Amino acid sequence: MRALGSADIVYLVMAARWTLLLSLVAFLGGGLGGVLIALARTSGYTWLRIVSAGYIKLFQGTPLLMQLFLAFFVPGLFGWAVDPWAAAALGLSLHASAFLGEIWRGAIEAVPRGQWEAATSLGLRYGPTMALIIRPLATKIAIPPTVGFMVELIKGTSLTSIIGFVELSRAAQIVNNATYRAFTIFAVTALIYYLICRPLSVYGSKLEQRLRIDTR
Amino acid sequence: MSYEFDFTEVIAAWPELLAALGDTLMLSALAMIIGMAVSVIGALGKTSGPAWLRWLINEYIELIRNTPLLIQIFLVYFGLPVLGLKLSSNEAALLALVVNVGAYGIEIIRAGIESIRKGQIEAGKALGLRPMQIFCLIILKPAIQAIYPSLTSLFIMLMLNTSVCSVIAASELTAVASNIQSRNFRSFEIYFVVTLLYLALSGFFWTIFTTIERRFLRQPAR
Repeated sequence: MRALGSADIVYLVMAARWTLLLSLVAFLGGGLGGVLIALARTSGYTWLRIVSAGYIKLFQGTPLLMQLFLAFFVPGLFGWAVDPWAAAALGLSLHASAFLGEIWRGAIEAVPRGQWEAATSLGLRYGPTMALIIRPLATKIAIPPTVGFMVELIKGTSLTSIIGFVELSRAAQIVNNATYRAFTIFAVTALIYYLICRPLSVYGSKLEQRLRIDTR
Repeated sequence: MSYEFDFTEVIAAWPELLAALGDTLMLSALAMIIGMAVSVIGALGKTSGPAWLRWLINEYIELIRNTPLLIQIFLVYFGLPVLGLKLSSNEAALLALVVNVGAYGIEIIRAGIESIRKGQIEAGKALGLRPMQIFCLIILKPAIQAIYPSLTSLFIMLMLNTSVCSVIAASELTAVASNIQSRNFRSFEIYFVVTLLYLALSGFFWTIFTTIERRFLRQPAR
């Protein structure tokens, strides 16, 4: 046991970089998957809608922690060794795909049907209609809940500490094991998460209010 | 694929897993019930309390919603003993979940209270109804209709979140699963089956909750 010093706090702040980087990677991966899921959920093909709905149910109906465990162990079944970093990025991306896909499906469906009909009567096919007409309208609706989910995702990265990825939460446990100053360490850790997440939450609810006024 | 699946260990541990599933349900139910009490009190404080209380409740909500449950559990289990409050892992898990779900619950209940238009209550008064009658006959049903979807998804989220309590070895499904896999190293098989158990649990509640909503809480057409 040693005393808790300012070097430990610096260590925690530096570990938060990994939390941020992992969040970013998971958001990009999840964004890519989310677009596919949202398009599949709103497509004209029944089987695509069923498969994507099943994917969403699967990820919304099981704990993120289990998803991370499986992301860690399943590649091993095929003989691919994954390190905690790859497993964390994979698990969180798949998780985010389901949630972002569901949010964006809602946004696409919130665009009035008349927009589709107008585009069709102008002779636009699915691709241009989606890209030029629906996407800009849906984006506006989708941004507030997407920002809200980003906060959930950042908090979710803390669970990757359980599969051995060293980010902020794991760093906090390491410092705690050496110094036994649990209350101070975890309070500081909570504060760092708060400083990352709070501005996003505030931004998200501001956007939501603005949207509510616009659509009134 | 060269891996050989072996579920015999999972089958052998089946009674243990079922008991743990019961513990997960118990923990979720207790946390939800106590969390709802916190939510109702908090929502009343937030809608009709003095300014300092409203500020305090707001800070509590924001603090909880912007930090991970994992850190909240660590603070309760490892941090509180420093301040002189030592809890068992089960008590710490329950307390952390209640504090967590309370923050989300307050906002839901508050939205429910605010969904009732003032005119409805005034109409009740004008008809000579007593406060209790106004609450039971006028406020209760539309308020429940307004908050029911959020409350049920909050419960399912809470139930899935209990898995995080495995980090302090509280008695619930995930902790038992990691216990079993540390005995026999059948990690994939155990976690796969446990994931299916969680899926079955949330599917079960989804079905029950939507059935209740369809039967009893259908919104009147406007």
